[in-house]
Amino acid sequence: MSKKVKKSLKIVSQEKIAEDIYSMWLQADEIADNAKAGQFLSLYTRDGSKLLPRPISICEIDRENRRIRLVYRVTGKGTGTEGFSRLHSGVALEVLGPLGNGFPLEEAKGKRVFLMGGGIGIPPMLETAKELDAEKTAVLGYRDELFLDDEFKNYAKVYVSTENGSAGTKGNVLDAVRENGLDADVIFACGPAPMLRAIKAYALEKGIPCWISMEERMACGIGACLACVCQSSEIDEHSQVHNKRVCKDGPVFLSTEVEL
Amino acid sequence: MIKTSVNLAGVELKNPVMTASGTFGSGMEYSEFVDLNRLGAVVTKGVANVPWPGNPTPRVTETTGGMLNAIGLQNPGIDVFCRRDLPFLKKFDTKIIVNVCGKTAEDYCEVVERLGDEPVDLLEINVSCPNVKEGGIAFGQNPKALEQITREVKKYAKQPVIMKLSPNVTDITEMARAAEAGGADVLSLINTLTGMKIDIHRRTFALANKTGGMSGPAVKPIAVRMVYQVANAVKLPIIGMGGIATAEDALEFIMAGATAVSVGTANFYNPYATVEIADGIEKFMKEQKTEDISELIGAVK
Ligand SMILES: Cc1cc2nc3c(=O)[nH]c(=O)nc-3n(C[C@H](O)[C@H](O)[C@H](O)COP(=O)(O)OP(=O)(O)OC[C@H]3O[C@@H](n4cnc5c(N)ncnc54)[C@H](O)[C@@H]3O)c2cc1C
Ligand code: FES
Repeated sequence: MSKKVKKSLKIVSQEKIAEDIYSMWLQADEIADNAKAGQFLSLYTRDGSKLLPRPISICEIDRENRRIRLVYRVTGKGTGTEGFSRLHSGVALEVLGPLGNGFPLEEAKGKRVFLMGGGIGIPPMLETAKELDAEKTAVLGYRDELFLDDEFKNYAKVYVSTENGSAGTKGNVLDAVRENGLDADVIFACGPAPMLRAIKAYALEKGIPCWISMEERMACGIGACLACVCQSSEIDEHSQVHNKRVCKDGPVFLSTEVEL
Repeated sequence: MIKTSVNLAGVELKNPVMTASGTFGSGMEYSEFVDLNRLGAVVTKGVANVPWPGNPTPRVTETTGGMLNAIGLQNPGIDVFCRRDLPFLKKFDTKIIVNVCGKTAEDYCEVVERLGDEPVDLLEINVSCPNVKEGGIAFGQNPKALEQITREVKKYAKQPVIMKLSPNVTDITEMARAAEAGGADVLSLINTLTGMKIDIHRRTFALANKTGGMSGPAVKPIAVRMVYQVANAVKLPIIGMGGIATAEDALEFIMAGATAVSVGTANFYNPYATVEIADGIEKFMKEQKTEDISELIGAVK
């Protein structure tokens, strides 16, 4: 089990990589040592009036330099993420992590795997692609402007879709799968709920296992407050009801375990 | 030697710092961050006679200097709680306070009776949760009903009973007196303040439950005021809470009349908050040359 800590981490670098999308490297030390692909960090603002954590997925881990990369979207004016985007290298950020379970890489070892990411669900698929020892196909869905797609090319065959057709297949990630006649034995995916719902249905139809990373509003981030639950198909062992905690039991779930 | 221990209805706590129900689970998750042996008591998440699924999500939302929650008292039920959570807590040298919730008087009494033979030091009766439709707050907003449920619960309780008061009333002292009349041993306050947030872009409520309970530093002045009022209205010891994030905050409550304090929302953004507050109180006492914490309780008249 990975050991979680809350501490102040130095920002090593930060850059804007697309409209409203920022990439930040943190000097994470033991948090980097303990981190796994598909886990996330809770980021805290420097604004005393914004108390709750911003959960952000781990995009990359540099184990040698003990650093973690986060790629996040600024969601609007006056938000916590806007505050993060203004921070320069050298500044410290309060972080709790590593949190959650991560992708079960061993389940895909040596197999043909789809790494599917939609929008701001793309970043966690990068470290997953990097660490996974398998025949990897990354299928990345964007609204319009691409980001990180070039970096995936180092680890996987890459296909993209855009909603307006400005790059790759016009449509969503499953449209890209069909248009290119792609196939896989296992799916790892992260993205908005409608996309995950469609991928779950696709996996069921194909009869292949599929792990999805889910999102929910959080408060504690460690499994104590029960803010972040999703519906589980079976009665959950911990909760004794049809609820699982996204922050602790997830964020990655076998698609058949949860109701979307 | 500085004396930080306090006494709640005959139960001696090594220091006045405890957790606020619902923010700390049963301590398991936070035990990775803090040594539970350092706490005066752990107050568990509310537990009912049977498992409760709680409310739909979103269950939490941020507000300026605080938050709203509408978890809806999701809990695994008393059986699993006694089998799993209590044995875990028993491993630590801290007092165990179980928060009890229910929909009817019978529900509360069933849980209270069941806990009679368990290693539990105090019972906290949650008659003030704003997020469940039946029971809960219905008992906590009417003095007659509060006195009645307190009396009922006391019939079955083997441990001293803490009644947790709602701030969502016209006069909290009236409620405090009702609980006292019903036989409560200790009062805890404040539970969360009912609030609402609207997402103007989606033209909907930020919480699926529409309303939620507000907590966090933004509510602290209201909580301190209510603790002060109640301390002057009844003879019972008080557990003060509402936005406590630092030792200074805790000391405000103590000087207003609280014998002990609960740390809630602060755990979410500082998982070390409880122990830091316990340390901070001791440091303050040293600096002020206060030998016994009882000198600080209700120090402000
Ligand atoms: C497990 C997980 C991993 C995530 N990974 C990423 C990532 O890699 N990159 C990225 O850009 N975004 C990610 N998100 C979404 C990200 O957490 C939200 O966009 C962010 O919290 C919004 O904060 P804000 O300060 O911009 O907005 P504000 O409006 O200021 O936020 C107010 C509150 O609402 C919460 N909140 C708002 N939107 C969301 C949301 N979609 N999910 C959860 N909480 C939310 C915030 O955390 C905060 O507590 C992830 C979410 C989860 C649950
Ligand atoms: S955020 Fe508290 S349980 Fe998940």
